[in-house]
Amino acid sequence: MKTTMKEGFDLAMMRGLKKWRLFSLLAALTIFLSGCGEEYLSTLTPAGQVGRDQFNLLLLSSAIMALVIIVVVIIYVIALVKFRRKKVGEDVIPKQVEGSHTLEIIWTVIPILLLIILAIPTVYYTYKHADVAAMDQVDADGNKTNVTVNVTAKLYWWEFEYPDLGIVTAQELVVPTDEKVFFNLKAADVKHSFWIPTAGGKMDTNVENVNQFYLEFDDTSAGLEQGVFYGKCAELCGPSHALMDFKVKTLEREDFNTWVESMKTTEHVADGELATQGEEIFNTSCIACHATSGAGTAGGVGPNLASFGDRNRVAGFMSHDEESLKKWISDPQSYKPGNLMPQPKTINNGKEFSEEQLDALAAYLMGLSVEK
Amino acid sequence: MDFNKKYTPQTWPDHPEQVTLEGKNKFLGFWLFLGGETVLFASLFATYLALKNKGPSGMEFSTNTLFELPLVFVMTMILLTSSLTSVYAMYHMKNHNFRGMQTWLAITVLLGLAFLGLEIYEFNHYVHLGFTYGQSAFSSAFFTLVGTHGLHVVVGLVWIILLILRNAKRGFSLYNAPKYYTASLYWHFIDVVWVFIFTVVYLMGVVG
Amino acid sequence: MSSIAKKKGFGSTLWDYLTTVDHKKIAVMYLAAGGLFFVIGGIEAMLIRIQLAKPDNDFVSAGLFNEIITMHGTTMIFLAAMPILFGFMNAVMPLQIGARDVAFPFLNSLGFWLFLFGGIFLNLSWFMGGAPDAGWTSYASLSLASPGHGIDFYALGLQIAGAGTYIGGINFLVTIINMRAPGMTYMRMPLFTWTTFVASALILFAFPPLTVGIFFLILDRMFGANFFDHTMGGNTIIWEHLFWIFGHPEVYILILPAFGIFSEIFALFARKRLFGYSSMVFATVLIGFLGFMVWAHHMFTVGLGPTANAIFAVATMAIAVPTGMKIFNWLLTIWGGSIKVTTPMLYALAFIPSFVAGGVTGIMQAAAPLDYQLHDSYFIVAHFHYVIVGGVVLAILAAVHLYWPLMFNQMLSEKLGKWTFWFFFIGFHLTFFIQHFLGLMGMPRRVFTFGANQGWDLFNLISSIGAAFMAVGVVILVVNIIITVVKNVPVGNDPWEDGRTLEWAIPQPVPFYNFKQTPLVRGLDTFWIEKMEGNKEGMTYAEPLSDIHMPNGSIIPIVMTIGLFIGAFGALYNGEKDWAIPVLVLGLAITFGAMAVRSLKDDHGFHIHKEDLMNDEGGK
Repeated sequence: MKTTMKEGFDLAMMRGLKKWRLFSLLAALTIFLSGCGEEYLSTLTPAGQVGRDQFNLLLLSSAIMALVIIVVVIIYVIALVKFRRKKVGEDVIPKQVEGSHTLEIIWTVIPILLLIILAIPTVYYTYKHADVAAMDQVDADGNKTNVTVNVTAKLYWWEFEYPDLGIVTAQELVVPTDEKVFFNLKAADVKHSFWIPTAGGKMDTNVENVNQFYLEFDDTSAGLEQGVFYGKCAELCGPSHALMDFKVKTLEREDFNTWVESMKTTEHVADGELATQGEEIFNTSCIACHATSGAGTAGGVGPNLASFGDRNRVAGFMSHDEESLKKWISDPQSYKPGNLMPQPKTINNGKEFSEEQLDALAAYLMGLSVEK
Repeated sequence: MDFNKKYTPQTWPDHPEQVTLEGKNKFLGFWLFLGGETVLFASLFATYLALKNKGPSGMEFSTNTLFELPLVFVMTMILLTSSLTSVYAMYHMKNHNFRGMQTWLAITVLLGLAFLGLEIYEFNHYVHLGFTYGQSAFSSAFFTLVGTHGLHVVVGLVWIILLILRNAKRGFSLYNAPKYYTASLYWHFIDVVWVFIFTVVYLMGVVG
Repeated sequence: MSSIAKKKGFGSTLWDYLTTVDHKKIAVMYLAAGGLFFVIGGIEAMLIRIQLAKPDNDFVSAGLFNEIITMHGTTMIFLAAMPILFGFMNAVMPLQIGARDVAFPFLNSLGFWLFLFGGIFLNLSWFMGGAPDAGWTSYASLSLASPGHGIDFYALGLQIAGAGTYIGGINFLVTIINMRAPGMTYMRMPLFTWTTFVASALILFAFPPLTVGIFFLILDRMFGANFFDHTMGGNTIIWEHLFWIFGHPEVYILILPAFGIFSEIFALFARKRLFGYSSMVFATVLIGFLGFMVWAHHMFTVGLGPTANAIFAVATMAIAVPTGMKIFNWLLTIWGGSIKVTTPMLYALAFIPSFVAGGVTGIMQAAAPLDYQLHDSYFIVAHFHYVIVGGVVLAILAAVHLYWPLMFNQMLSEKLGKWTFWFFFIGFHLTFFIQHFLGLMGMPRRVFTFGANQGWDLFNLISSIGAAFMAVGVVILVVNIIITVVKNVPVGNDPWEDGRTLEWAIPQPVPFYNFKQTPLVRGLDTFWIEKMEGNKEGMTYAEPLSDIHMPNGSIIPIVMTIGLFIGAFGALYNGEKDWAIPVLVLGLAITFGAMAVRSLKDDHGFHIHKEDLMNDEGGK
């Protein structure tokens, strides 16, 4: 549906110029072939009510704008065809028209009407999407009825704290489906912007104040290509802005509760000799910044790793396997320039990590799981 | 247009600053410039209001404890008076009384210098209290707003002094009349800005 | 006038340009310098598109990429688009209103040099430790955190260049208000003059907030202030407000003169009076006014709250109404006309669909909740390139062809001009149309690379191919200019044959005093009126031939500018080098010293005598 409308948009815009036909056809075709982008990332495949509202606004505004374009293009093409000098004659002096009040009124009033049609839902949704009154709702026992996540954006990773549940995680946001999830957004260093394209529009994380909004998710993310939705940082925040990705896992409410419980009670036991060695290295070199327990509050220097083994990516953007993990640990600066993770030499007695050390660390970290 | 033509009080035009095209342009251009300056100060005021009393947690300074109205009131009176004296100067220019104009401008300069001296004393006082430029967002905003005004006073003073000295032996001409006029306009503008500073920064700081 | 007609050596020509206060020569310098920066900004754009042609590319590093995008945006807006438009304003506007020069020739020269040296200062950052890297918007938390001196170059360079623009704005305003020829009432002014007028008013009120914002940035970074450091009570949102209170009107400062240029072109090449002239004027003024009311639509996601967002959303939509009026007036201008598709007209005709497409996506983004999705994605990149390239750059390219004969008494090749057009136009749509969808598909802007298989690979490649087309177009234009200048075939006045406004009535090459006798303007499109009545001279005169008063040239503007340029290095290295403060003081002393010289030394200009005028048949 939206594709066709965009095609119309495209075609109409180009129609006036004959030589453009071929290209616009091509453009329309490629757009058609590529569909609507990836369903875990595209705003054109909304995954919740907020995103859907915004998508509907996109459709409405595109339709109105397409109408305007069609009118303009029709007048334009006719004028261009009828009034070329070749046609009207070389020496003809056209009538010097001053203007027309009737026409002026028409092309003032009609746009105003069209804009009113657009303005009404705009204002409605602006208020609707900013309504976080239900954030503090409690049930009969005094427990919060809705999940609230405190998001802290840092260079270049995301910390997700669940203040009412006493747990904290990083890089992979886990939320329940079919209910409003509220967010308190803040940046720890420079300004970032929190964006889950499928769920709804972004909101900035400022350094001096907390922003609040909510999102909803219809379905569990398990059915997606990689089992997660993609989240992005949308505000330029330094060299690795492009790599400041995060993932969103959506679970049925019951599964979410289970996940919360296992986060609260994380007690990792290193499995096997290699992993045990890894744990020792971790405890000397890494633990000062990285917590491995899911219970806790925000404020970690580095991402919380309690559920690292369950995640979809290493460092937010590298594929989730031991090889990437080892590359990352051995040289974080070259993979994510400007990030604050120390190079190995500064945390490993002045030496690079050896291959054995890296293997051990990788084995240990991959074993950090709350879901297995 | 002959710029060096000598005039008598009888032939001297009513609006000597706007007789030549250059004069007219200068007159209008300067008004427009002051329009832009107004926006500049409006931005500074808005920032000051946003950052008023904002600082690192536990900051000891606030407008209530910092400012002393009597001193600022004296400064205000001095600057208002200097505006009046520059009006006298322009009055004499219209009447082709060169010495009168120069004298009143000189008085204006003296009052301006007095104002500036008091402002330097005031700033110095704050710095000694520990309220330095980098102490807080509040201090930065305060010193920048009031200091920018102070810089305007300095520029105005230098300008008027140069005019007095440069033309001391030449008397009036249609070439320098617009210069005198715009300088006095500038001085009034500085005065008006100060009235706002006095109200918004000091009065509302202590009373509000 | 024999001394003027004499052939000059290189040295004296150079001195002539360094000291000139002639609006026509200053226009040429604006065009040349702006053109150079346009090419530099274009090269930066090409680097961006090469880097993004494929996923996970490592053509440039992450940090360098941010420097390139920052400099691309800053250069194109402040150092290319605005100065080139200023060039055309200088070249054309005084002639359109029948003036012999601008109101403040000295300040005109000063404004140019400030822009040029500000631009040079900004670009020196490339060679002195790295360019600014916080985006052209330079949001405060990031710009404070940015290491090195890049941001300092940005702040100081823009401060210098901005002062030049501000001066230019006042100059144009006074010129238009005070120096119109007899009979040139406001409602007879050509649209380009009108848009220059409104754009200048916007400069007057929009630049001071930028000056203040950048001033804060300089003070924070170099002099220990705390405006934006939140741990000291500062607030970074202040920067965003100040920047956009400037930034939004800035968009109209660029697009209104572009509208003016197209209005001239449509009337000229349709051989027809501009349809709805008075409503066009009204729409221009209204757009300028509303331009100040909508800055927060750049900040919908900042968290200003639903009420602010709703108000600014509706206010933004309102701007569509006067803009729509303009589009329809242009359409009705060519309707019933006699359309001759020259190169400038080709650009004008291409502008309508391109700009409408850019305008409607603007309305989509005015819908705040929808903008939460579009903001800071590639959709907005597509949008603003559609309005700025599809509006402003097309206008600039059109004006280069249109006004080249007026400025240089030569005609650019129409054939090559059309080649340029087609490459540029096809490349433009190829590059940017597809970016709308990249944005909708979740691609944020200002990313130095992107992972493969997120559905963005193909579209990015197409976009990069389009950029290459645009580059080819610009290269052809440069070739065209070189060929034309070398051939140097004089064309005389009214080269487009259907000229309607006063600038086309002046004999070529335009004498340095413009009008021997001030013309009497008898209506809108005064040259057209004279021609229709069979007046061979093309002008009716308002005065008998008499002496003309002209201003003297002066080296002081460039000296003042160099003072600021030197002082800026002092500020830049404050707290780092011992010589910083002395250099700052020295620089300011040069500037203020030069100012004092200017004010103490009487400069009455000179007169061209009647007898000389009678013998003079033009010549610069």
